[in-house]
Amino acid sequence: MSEETRPSRRRFLDAILGGGVLAWLGAVLYPVFAYLKPPPETGEAVTSVMVGTIDEIPPDSGMIFKFGRKPGILIRKPDGSLKAYNAICTHLDCTVQYRQDLGLIWCACHNGRYDLNGKNIAGPPPKPLEEFRVDIRANEIFVSRTA
Amino acid sequence: MALSDRIQKWADERYSLSDIIDFAKHKTVPVHHESLWYYFGGVTLFLFVVQVVTGILLLLYYKPGIDTAYESVGFILTDVSFGWLIRAVHSWSANLMILFAFIHLFSVFFTRAYRKPREMTWVGGAFLLILAMGFGFSGYLLPWNELSYFATKVGTDIMGAVPVVGEPLLQLLRSGEDVTGATLYRFYGIHVAILPGIAFVFLGLHLMFVQRQGMSAPPAWEAADPKKRRTLQFFPNFMLRDVLLWLIVLNVIAILAVVAPFGIDPFHWPLGEKADPFVPAPEGIRPEWYFMFMFQTLKLLPAHIGPLEGELVGVLGFGLMGLIWILTPFWDRPRADGTMRPWVTWLGVLMLIYIIGMTVWGYLE
Repeated sequence: MSEETRPSRRRFLDAILGGGVLAWLGAVLYPVFAYLKPPPETGEAVTSVMVGTIDEIPPDSGMIFKFGRKPGILIRKPDGSLKAYNAICTHLDCTVQYRQDLGLIWCACHNGRYDLNGKNIAGPPPKPLEEFRVDIRANEIFVSRTA
Repeated sequence: MALSDRIQKWADERYSLSDIIDFAKHKTVPVHHESLWYYFGGVTLFLFVVQVVTGILLLLYYKPGIDTAYESVGFILTDVSFGWLIRAVHSWSANLMILFAFIHLFSVFFTRAYRKPREMTWVGGAFLLILAMGFGFSGYLLPWNELSYFATKVGTDIMGAVPVVGEPLLQLLRSGEDVTGATLYRFYGIHVAILPGIAFVFLGLHLMFVQRQGMSAPPAWEAADPKKRRTLQFFPNFMLRDVLLWLIVLNVIAILAVVAPFGIDPFHWPLGEKADPFVPAPEGIRPEWYFMFMFQTLKLLPAHIGPLEGELVGVLGFGLMGLIWILTPFWDRPRADGTMRPWVTWLGVLMLIYIIGMTVWGYLE
């Protein structure tokens, strides 16, 4: 073996060995990370739910209802009209509530405030609440996603 | 030959114990006006051991899962003999461990003990504090009560605000989009297996560095004539003082656990109501006290700062500050004459005032 061929052979072997180690690490770590990533949630997304009857919610009050796996909030304004929103605060994911004394939707976690049209009016929430459609059929209140 | 001598001889023949004993005999601790701060790392370590022991005991009755977690903590508190005591000791010692870790960290900062050659001891120590806070955050959810449920929602949502990696990290932590039973299982695994595994490695390295390099001493002590330096034998003198302090701390925890098993308001951990995703967040949602300064800052930030969301600015700001803090030994090096820059001390004082001020403000609101 001549002196000149030695370094390139060494480099070649180093590259093969280094590449092999990297490939091995990838082969070990990829399944681990893929395992940690939760599988997609199964089951059809809920698009409409029956919340209750109109007599169950007096004017100037609010109630939390299940919209699939997420909470929604139904509000009956003082004038008797109904509004429904996704009850998850757009700030940091807490569940909001209707505050009769303030006449608005309030989040206890960081004092975020929304008016009865779901618009963020004070505190840290960056966006309005997602609005749901409300339909009344034979005294029953149905809430559905608008989009 | 006495039995103890025979055992020692037997072990010495096989494991060369005399080398270790010889090393221990010669190990000394510097004595000077800042020596008091040496004890805080040891107390933190002791409290970690208390955490491991009480954590293992709690593990024997705790059952993760949305139908069992809250109930099993209730069972530990009311049915298991001394269950309330073990849980109280675990909670008190967790809080004190973080407190002592903070004191240890700031004492190292103000005495500049991180300077060369102990840079990596500082970096590893800062990482251990982050791990300790991770223990606190993951353990908080395990009772599956209202307070812990919403605090976890908020805490993980904040992580989700980090650009690029935030969303995958949030999914990884929550094991899905929302905080659910799957999150509880995941936090349980993180709290009792993943974090302890990582902590043991980093703790081992941290202690090994301290062992190899000895304790840091003030420059004046290091510059003095070696014959005139005051030192203390590690074995048994320093060790016995350490152990005495540990004993005092354990007694204090025992008293606190008996007098106030659920903590003292505002630092308390009642079992409260079971978590229910379909009730509004209750008033008074707040994290553990050591997250309070960050929580309070996020609360004060407006919804938008320029084109960015306030929350994102807060998260990025804290991330940047944390990184600068961890890298302190690499930007605060001694000047040519060997002295340290005084403004770094003032920076530390400002930071301390900020942390304490925001924490107090957070509790007053």
